[in-house]
Amino acid sequence: MSVITYRQALRDTLRAEMHRDENVILLGEEIGVFEGSYKITEGLLNEFGERRVRDTPIAEEGFVGAAVGAAMLGLRPVVELMTINFSLIAIDQIINHAAKIYGMFGGQNSVPMVIRTPGGGGQQLGATHSQNIELFYAFVPGLKVLAPSTPAEAASMLRAAIRDDDPVLLLENLGLYNTKGEVPDDDESVAEIGRAAVTREGSDITLIGYSRMAALGTQVAEALAKEDISVEVVDLRSLRPLDRQTIVDSVKKTGCAVVAEDDWLTYGIGAEIAASIQEGAFDYLDAPVRRVAMAEVPLPYAKPLENAALPSTESVTTAIKETLSAVGKRVG
Amino acid sequence: MADTAKAKGGGTAGSTGGRRRSRKDDTSSRLADETPETLLDFYRQMLLIRRFEERTGQAYTQARIGGYCHLNLGEEATVVGLMQALRESDYLFTNYRDHGYAIGKGMSAREVMAELYGRSTGVSKGWGGSMHMFDTKTRMLGGYGIVGGQLPLATGAALAVSYRGGDEVVMCQMGDGTTNIGAWHESLNIAALWNLPIVYVVINNFTGMGTTVERSSAEPDLYKRGSAFRIEGERVDGRDVLAVRDAATRLVEKARSEQRPYLLEATSYRLKGHSVVDPAKYRTQEQIEEARANDPVLAFEHRLEQAGILTEDKKQEIAESVRAEVADAADFAENSPHPEVSTLFDYTYATPVANESRRMPADPVFAE
Ligand SMILES: Cc1ncc(C[n+]2csc(CCOP(=O)(O)OP(=O)(O)O)c2C)c(N)n1
Ligand SMILES: [Mg+2]
Repeated sequence: MSVITYRQALRDTLRAEMHRDENVILLGEEIGVFEGSYKITEGLLNEFGERRVRDTPIAEEGFVGAAVGAAMLGLRPVVELMTINFSLIAIDQIINHAAKIYGMFGGQNSVPMVIRTPGGGGQQLGATHSQNIELFYAFVPGLKVLAPSTPAEAASMLRAAIRDDDPVLLLENLGLYNTKGEVPDDDESVAEIGRAAVTREGSDITLIGYSRMAALGTQVAEALAKEDISVEVVDLRSLRPLDRQTIVDSVKKTGCAVVAEDDWLTYGIGAEIAASIQEGAFDYLDAPVRRVAMAEVPLPYAKPLENAALPSTESVTTAIKETLSAVGKRVG
Repeated sequence: MADTAKAKGGGTAGSTGGRRRSRKDDTSSRLADETPETLLDFYRQMLLIRRFEERTGQAYTQARIGGYCHLNLGEEATVVGLMQALRESDYLFTNYRDHGYAIGKGMSAREVMAELYGRSTGVSKGWGGSMHMFDTKTRMLGGYGIVGGQLPLATGAALAVSYRGGDEVVMCQMGDGTTNIGAWHESLNIAALWNLPIVYVVINNFTGMGTTVERSSAEPDLYKRGSAFRIEGERVDGRDVLAVRDAATRLVEKARSEQRPYLLEATSYRLKGHSVVDPAKYRTQEQIEEARANDPVLAFEHRLEQAGILTEDKKQEIAESVRAEVADAADFAENSPHPEVSTLFDYTYATPVANESRRMPADPVFAE
């Protein structure tokens, strides 16, 4: 085991997959000479050359679409979009093309490609650069959407995404790039797409999150353990397909749930989770499912406003405690 | 030289003498240089597309075919000429006006008609319909219904060819209206930057749905629009199958040997409305007559007759074989099975995945 950052886990995996398979190429803005806006691709141009690590023009629709076309001929392009906000320029190629080509042509041609892109607010980047719009992609059959919350997950999910024959969007997170965690040496683990994981067992309440919110959820659960509150944490890991069973099984055990999401509440991912819980565990629920989500505003720049608008350790803790007291369970 | 106009990359071309072409049926391509077999083959292919599309329009009106349905009527010479330039191993991407291209690239009239009928024997197994003909075997990698959607894809296919050092060329067809969408600019720029073996072909039928080129393109000489990317462009008379074949072959072979993109504009007349349901009321009587007078199938027929290549017997024989092929295609489609509802979830993912939803609309999310 080594303790490495989320960033390092992504970089190591990219490098290893490029060594393993000549069909893996990288495309993106500033990923070569500049080594990536967030330095995920540091050193890779040097190691693999321009043929395999391609700096693209600022043309998201053009180069994401080119990756789709290259994948149709059997390459395995891994595209970096600087942040998920810029995916909006490429959304036609992602939703109307990458997600449709396999089905619309009767299963003749798969599209084995990966789009890596970070979401995440909290960096004082203002409204256009702080959105969490993974929902747009998680909504679409034909796409697979993964959201790792730890370095180990980042590595095993990226590996799975590259080896999968379908278009996969790997949602990274600006707030997680520097976080550290244990990753096995000579790691070869391949995540199973479509599976959530109970990352911490507990008995009082289920806390469901993904990406930064799953990481934050684990911290909250650790802190609450000291107050004798036992929180079970479900890390969604895969936003599409969605593993409803793991969520529902946990809620059947605990009887109540809080969903923590970094996106806007209305129509958000938490809405889908809450609906799934009432469908699958209605008789087991002791309290309404509680959602913690971003305030419904374009995210402001000023730090106090930004902080107030984003879900935090405090807001998740509060939601858990209030839900437990509604149930009548003792709150520490 | 053919009566093509040319634009050098980065430069400006000379005057092309106005937008409307002369009605003279003369072209540079001499019939005498061709074998009668070749000429008759082209004629037959053009006639096949003509009759196929007429039959398609009919079947659509009889509600045998659904959705949107755009025909190649009037563009037969362009389609057949372009397809002659491609090797079997070359790739083709087109827009939704794709029936003729599908047949021209090697799909059978049967499979194309069956796709139009939405049957499981169709090229895309009934999943695509009119706008989405696709066949990996013949390397026609799709008709696409989103205007401009095929451009980044085709460019990426050319990237894959180039990455592997292959000698295939990608042809990317589109309409005149498509030269105004962002994907056009992004794709041509990428293709030029990365030296990709691709030929972008703009079918200029003078209109998008009803909006003319002059009202939508600030540079209406479309073959010049590659200049911003130093991509050389040519314009060719799309009524003339030989001129189209020659221009397309020249550019395809240049793209192959030089490993760089080219642009070809083929001027063409759309004989009917934008799609089968469009009565094209926005057209003036003069425009309708002009389109009829420029019917490429009739024009080629007359040329071959005048040259003594198409005899009355031969004409009958070809007409009959085309009639039979189209009738057979329609029968085949009509008698083919509809896709089974049990196959509804067969093509969502290529790699099977845990927890993939297979819910039917009224099913509960959790079935006990
Ligand atoms: C992105 C997008 N916008 C609008 C449409 C609707 N639409 C379908 S065809 C068409 C006109 C396209 O004209 P052109 O590129 O000249 O092709 P043509 O139909 O003449 O072959 C339009 C606007 C569409 N399919 N996709
Ligand atoms: Mg047009």
